[in-house]
Amino acid sequence: MNRRMILYTLGRIMLLEAALMLLPLAVTLIYREGQAVQFAVTAAAAAAFGLLLCFFSKPRTRVIYAKDGFLLVALAWLLLSLFGAAPFVMTGEIPSFVDAFFETVSGFTTTGASILSDPAALSHGSLFWRSFTHWIGGMGILVMCMAIIPSLSARSIHIMRAEMPGPIVGKLVPRARDTAKILYLIYIVMTLVQIAMLCFGGMSLFESALYSFGTAGTGGFAPYASSCADFSPYIQYTITVFMLLFGVNFNLYYLMLIRRFKSVAKSEELWVYFGVAALSTVVVAINIFPKYGGADAVRHSAFQVASIMSTTGFSTADFNMWPGLSKAVLLLLMFVGACAGSTAGGIKVSRTVLLFKMMRRQLRRLIHPRSVSTVRLEGKTVSEETQSGVANYLTLYAIVMIAVFFILSFEPFDIETNLSAAAACFNNVGPGLGLVGPAANYAGYSAFSKIVLSVAMLLGRLEIYPVLFLFAPSVWRGK
Amino acid sequence: MKIIIVGCGKVGTTLLASLTAEGHDVVGVDTNPDVISYITNIYDAMGVSGNGADCETLEEAGVGTAELFIAVTGSDELNMLSCFIAGRMGASHTIARIRNPEYNDSSLGFMCGQLGLSMSINPEQLAAGELYNILQFPSAVKIETFSLRSFVFTELRLREGSPLAGAKLSELRQRSSAQFLICTVSRGERVYIPDGNFELKAGDRVGLTATLPELQKLLKSIGIVQKKARNIMILGGSRTAYYLAKLLIGAGCSVKIIEQDGDMCEDLTQALPKAVVIQGNGMGQELLFEEGLTSMDAFVSLTGMDEENILLAFFASSQNVPKAIAKVNGDEMSAMAERLGLESQVSPKKIISDVIVRYARALENSLGSPVETLYKLGDGQAEALEFTVNGKSAITGIPLKDLPTRQGVLIAGILRERKSIIPAGDDMILPGDRVIVIATGRRLRDLSDIV
Repeated sequence: MNRRMILYTLGRIMLLEAALMLLPLAVTLIYREGQAVQFAVTAAAAAAFGLLLCFFSKPRTRVIYAKDGFLLVALAWLLLSLFGAAPFVMTGEIPSFVDAFFETVSGFTTTGASILSDPAALSHGSLFWRSFTHWIGGMGILVMCMAIIPSLSARSIHIMRAEMPGPIVGKLVPRARDTAKILYLIYIVMTLVQIAMLCFGGMSLFESALYSFGTAGTGGFAPYASSCADFSPYIQYTITVFMLLFGVNFNLYYLMLIRRFKSVAKSEELWVYFGVAALSTVVVAINIFPKYGGADAVRHSAFQVASIMSTTGFSTADFNMWPGLSKAVLLLLMFVGACAGSTAGGIKVSRTVLLFKMMRRQLRRLIHPRSVSTVRLEGKTVSEETQSGVANYLTLYAIVMIAVFFILSFEPFDIETNLSAAAACFNNVGPGLGLVGPAANYAGYSAFSKIVLSVAMLLGRLEIYPVLFLFAPSVWRGK
Repeated sequence: MKIIIVGCGKVGTTLLASLTAEGHDVVGVDTNPDVISYITNIYDAMGVSGNGADCETLEEAGVGTAELFIAVTGSDELNMLSCFIAGRMGASHTIARIRNPEYNDSSLGFMCGQLGLSMSINPEQLAAGELYNILQFPSAVKIETFSLRSFVFTELRLREGSPLAGAKLSELRQRSSAQFLICTVSRGERVYIPDGNFELKAGDRVGLTATLPELQKLLKSIGIVQKKARNIMILGGSRTAYYLAKLLIGAGCSVKIIEQDGDMCEDLTQALPKAVVIQGNGMGQELLFEEGLTSMDAFVSLTGMDEENILLAFFASSQNVPKAIAKVNGDEMSAMAERLGLESQVSPKKIISDVIVRYARALENSLGSPVETLYKLGDGQAEALEFTVNGKSAITGIPLKDLPTRQGVLIAGILRERKSIIPAGDDMILPGDRVIVIATGRRLRDLSDIV
């Protein structure tokens, strides 16, 4: 294990976080808020810590292996959240550290689960930082680090794999650094377009930035307790469209940029994603038709489906009050999630599709034991290795899900609340059903459960393995 | 620069390593998905699995925007075909590995022209050329030539008791009247560019530039009796052996080739009527003695196995054969053999990689003073480069002693018309010259990079 390289990179990430914290600092200065001090102190502390790490662990070699990549990513996200929570505690806006940690992890992992009953009470700086964590966490801090720092390591693909969601992570262009740059460029441009479109709809610049950060990272923190309920249909539809767009594999946007539209049109995952979203919208719309009638039913249905499937977690209506069928559809969508290689969470559409195809092949084998068949996805044969990887992932996924649910069951809440809380946090959605529905929040859970849920969010965002490795003694023992 | 490499075998992977280290955007194409996942894990490159002559695969690799396309699969025909297609699909420059001797004759130029190839490379032929050079100067560990063949860069191992050992570089000129310049000293793992106060030690590998006659004079003055190898035994009847034997026979040497495979022996005797071809297992001592190993001037081991080559080279040295050379392709194996004292090794894949790195650098810099020749020294820690000076620039016309060259850069030779100059402080670089530069720690793309 290349400890020095891991520590060195962690130092760089701390420096990056310090730099990123200058933005909320600027916001507090613009709005002339007293919280500027706390942000400045945290940024300085993160910078000092980062410099110390960089100074004392100059790597002897930059060679890293898959294991180092996993460990680095998990540690980076943990450190990031610890420092990120500091301003909330120091400003006294979220006095309990566990609450602040939960809120920050929820931000970075783009979950959007909150313990605040009234976010509007926060200062502008804190609100900005809270939503900005979504934006940072969406594409990933290490990917950002790779884009900025030249030649982190020739093998930075290991870091990228550990941080980017999806069963198969490849590069867009030969060099990892350029790939990271392209991804961030697409991300930034799409965010700016959304900000512009929201401003056009009459939102203030500050609000549209916050909502765009929440949408881009598929996070779901809103500066108001009512989330998106009070906005005009134009704004709600704009957010709906962008939520869906940020759930699309970013590789496809790159393919569009280099004018390979044919490959985009052939993407199986994309069609399934939009197909499932459309179907769910229709089902939910019919189901809630008696409640809202015509246009409103379609709008609410489309918004909620896009929000839950892309694992964003904004809401325009309290879907907790909807009929059972709609709630069931939304709960299932939480698990499916959006496309691999996007900023969304969940199992991912490509994995789901692959699992169905593998199941079909297995069934065919039972009927025709001698049949030879391969599983194909996106027009390519999927190797046995990838297949078993996906199957293993699902098993682990189920185990984690059950474990989190079981631990939450010690709380005095009903099954609907606990199950949906576990699913919403693990899949990085945010609001669940019952007592953690869109109109409520997670404040009622005990400190212990909040930590469990924070870990669940990290497990969900980093796709289990990196965080799991943190608990494996053999990883730490290896030198 | 965007480069596509088709075929990620030994040569392909070596190319991938050196070209990514040069900072190019490299895409590797191979039919074996395992190889692709291996290279993308180790190197900062992209991988595409598929047939290198298939348009769809090439499209996926982005052939339309590639500036350099290199095909080094095991099949000559596939290499030619994929280069041809790549050229038609928009790759600016294409290089194919063509190894079959049948293609490598007078028809090669015609074929390359018709297929639109920028260059064809033949690692075996290049390796044979290097082996031939070493055999011309058996006392050198390594010998590299520049565009004027009389000017060479050579590496000598200082043995215990050599008159050069213990001498400071500034004193050397007094000890020998020969004109030469010591450019590099490899000691242990490191390569130094020495200054006048540097003291040579026994065991050092000293790299120097000189013209051939001056080199002869130097060797004589330090007591190394130089004798060209006349009787040479080659083990293994590979293509390299064929090319080497052809060169040696052309120079009037007598060549004995030992090869196990009957059919290959047949082919060799037909292609090389003057060579003595023996069918038998070279690993058997009896056969080697019977064929007169002890009376040979040189022994070259060219079987397909690195281990066999190394072992047999050591064995030949122990039997007092003055020069034993082994072909070693594996990097680790090569380092181990050198530790153990095997001085002369030849690695075809490294030679190829030098050639292509040079080509890529020259492509990047087609306007200034491009790289003409490039050799990597001491595991790539140092490089010997030859530049052509195109027109006047900031560095021409200034005496070298006034030229503020960067640290780790040494001007080791100037070729002016047909004259070779070992540069001293008063010499200067003029337009039209060819300049040989030794550099450590940086990659030179243009001659102007030296200041």
